[in-house]
Amino acid sequence: MSFSENNKILEVKNLKTYFYTDGGIVKAVDGVSFDLKVGETLGIVGETGSGKSVTALSILKLIQQPIGKIVSGEIIFDGKNLLKMSKAELQNLRGNKISMIFQDPMTSLNPVYTISNQIMESITTHRKLNKKEAKKECLKLLEMVGIPEAKNRLGSYPYEFSGGMKQRVMIAMAIANSPSVLIADEPTTALDVTIQAQILELMNELKKKTKSSIIIITHDLGVVAKYAKRVMVMYAGKPVEFSVVDDIYYKPLHPYTIGLMGSIARLDKKQEERLTPIEGSPPSLIDLPKGCVFRKRCKFAVEECRKKYPQFVEIEENHWVACHRAGEFLDGSLSRI
Amino acid sequence: MDNNNILEVKNLKKYFTLRSGFLFQKFTGSVKAVDGVSFHIKEGETFGLVGESGCGKSTTARVILRLTNPTSGCALYNGADLFKLSRKQMFKVRREIQVIFQDPYASLSPRMTIGDIVGEPLEIHGVGNKGYRRKKVKKLLKVVGLNPEHINRYPHEFSGGQRQRVGVARALALTPKLILCDEPVSALDVSVQAQILNLMSDLQKEFNLTYLFIAHDLSVVKHISNRIGVMYLGKIVEVADSWDLYKKPLHPYTRGLLSAIPIPDPELEKKRKRIILEGDVPSPINPPSGCRFHPRCPNAEEICSKEEPELKNYSKNGNEHLAACFFAGKSF
Repeated sequence: MSFSENNKILEVKNLKTYFYTDGGIVKAVDGVSFDLKVGETLGIVGETGSGKSVTALSILKLIQQPIGKIVSGEIIFDGKNLLKMSKAELQNLRGNKISMIFQDPMTSLNPVYTISNQIMESITTHRKLNKKEAKKECLKLLEMVGIPEAKNRLGSYPYEFSGGMKQRVMIAMAIANSPSVLIADEPTTALDVTIQAQILELMNELKKKTKSSIIIITHDLGVVAKYAKRVMVMYAGKPVEFSVVDDIYYKPLHPYTIGLMGSIARLDKKQEERLTPIEGSPPSLIDLPKGCVFRKRCKFAVEECRKKYPQFVEIEENHWVACHRAGEFLDGSLSRI
Repeated sequence: MDNNNILEVKNLKKYFTLRSGFLFQKFTGSVKAVDGVSFHIKEGETFGLVGESGCGKSTTARVILRLTNPTSGCALYNGADLFKLSRKQMFKVRREIQVIFQDPYASLSPRMTIGDIVGEPLEIHGVGNKGYRRKKVKKLLKVVGLNPEHINRYPHEFSGGQRQRVGVARALALTPKLILCDEPVSALDVSVQAQILNLMSDLQKEFNLTYLFIAHDLSVVKHISNRIGVMYLGKIVEVADSWDLYKKPLHPYTRGLLSAIPIPDPELEKKRKRIILEGDVPSPINPPSGCRFHPRCPNAEEICSKEEPELKNYSKNGNEHLAACFFAGKSF
C-alpha cells in the first residue's frame, strides 16, 4: 500500500455528522479535523455526548440513516475519500483495512454463533481461504490474543467466556485481516481494572507486531497518558484541543482541558488536595449556546466568547486549540488556576 | 478496639443458595458473595471499600442496611447488633443510616417530583407537617447545590450530576449519622464526578457525617477515604490508611490493582513498572482453596493453595495496617 503525503494514513477534514430528531438537529460532530500517522496511537477524549464515538462511526460510515447524516467533510484513507466510495468499496474496507473494536463485548458478539464462526466470517469475507485454512487462521488469532487452550475453545459460544475473554475475541476479529487502522471505541470501559490492563497491554503489543495505527477513544485520561502519542480533546461535538500527549497534560491551552485535568482524582496525590471541578454540566447538542460552546462553564470567558466561536488554529507547532484566550495561556499572561 | 467506632462489622457472611429443579428443588451449592468480612468505621471518618465486580462490596452494604438478610455474622451500630433488632427498632435506626445509590437514573422514581423524592423520608418518619417538610426540602436542595425553585420538577429534567445531587439530598433529609455510598460517582463524567466528590466532603464536615464509600475506582476511593479496605472474592485482603495503602501495599492483589490503574501523567506512566495480573476473577460459587488469590498471584507458593491466610496487623507505627497474606511481613 502506498501512503500519501508524509506518512498520514488517515485524514479527517471538517467532518460534520448531524442527527435529525423530532426535538431538532443534534450536531453530534461539528467540524472535526485530525490526521493519523502510520504506526501511531491517537487518543480521542471527551465526556458523554462529546461526539467521540460518532466520529469513529462516521469514519466507517456506520451512521444510522436516515436519522443521522454525514453533512460535510472528507475522510481520506490511502488517498481516497471514504465518503465518496460505493457500498462495495466500503464493504471491502471495513474489517479489512480499517476495523473497529466496540465498547461492550457483551453485546457486540452474536450469542447464537460460536466464536470461531464469528472470527471466520471476518476472515473469509475478505480473503479467499477454504474452511480448513480459515479455521487454522482463527486458531492462530485466538492464540495471539491470549485465549488459553484456544484449540478447545473454537466451538464455544460467547456466553461461556468472561468479559475480558470476549473482548479478546473481539480484538482477534478486528485484527484478523491485519488492518492498517484499528479504531477502539472505549475498549475497556466495561471491564475491571486488572482486566483493562491486560487488554490494553495486548493491544499495544499487537500494534507493535502488526505495525498498524490505532485510534483509541476513551474518557479515561490515564489510559491516554499511558498509550497515546497525540490526543484530541472533544467537547460538545467540537475539537477543542489537539496536540502531543505531554502538551495536553502539562501545558493545556483550552479551559476545558485545564478543567478536566483538575477534575481527576489521582492515585498519586494526597487526599488533602481538593479537586477543582468544572462547574455546570455539558450543554444540550440541540440547543447549543451562541459563540463558544464551553463559555457557560468557563471561568475565563470574556465578551468575545459570547459573540463568536473561536477558530481551531495551530497556535504553536502541532498544537491546535479553539479558544480566544489560548494565546494568553501560552505566553503566561493568564494563569491557568 | 476504641470506643468511637460507629459501625463494627464482624465476620459477616452472605451466601446465596443455588437450587435446581422446579418442584422438589435441590440445593446445588451457594454463591459466597460475602465470606467472613470484618471491619470497623470510626465516627466522622470515611471508610472506602474497593474491589472488582463480584467481590461482594455492594452485597456488604445491602446486608448492613438489612435490605437482604445475612447468613451469619454481626454488624454493631453504636454497640447494638443491627441484625438482632426488631422491625420497629430497625425503623428507628434507619433514620441514622442512609444510603446513596449508584445509578442516579434508576434510583429516582420518574413519576415523583424531586420535592416528593427528597421529602419522602421525612414523610415516612413523620417529621413535621406538610409546610415544614416543604421548607426543609427546599433547604436541602440548596445545601446540595440545586435551585430550590425546581422543587416541582421531575428527575428527567435534570442531568446525571444534578440527579445524584437529588440522591444526596434524600440521604441527608433525616440528618443521618452514617451514609453508605454505593458507587455514588461511577455513572458520572469526570468533571461532574469531581463536583459530587467535593460536595460530599463539604457535607461531611458540615454535618459531621461518617461515610462507607464503596467503589471500584481506587483513585476515587483513595481521594475521599481516610482508610480503605480492599476486597477480593468475598473477603477483605487488606485494610490500611489510604496513603499507606498507596505507598506500601502489602497484599499482592492490592499491588496488582494499584499498578493496573493508569495515572494521568505521561512522564510518570513511562517510568512506572507494571504488574499485570493474569487471568480472571474466579467464580464465587467454587472459590479456590487456601488463599483465594493464589491462582492469579505472582508470588504464590505451595502453602498458599493449602491454607488460608488470616487478616493480621503488620504495622509498626500504630496506624493499623492489616493484610491477609503469608508473605505480607516480608514485603513490609
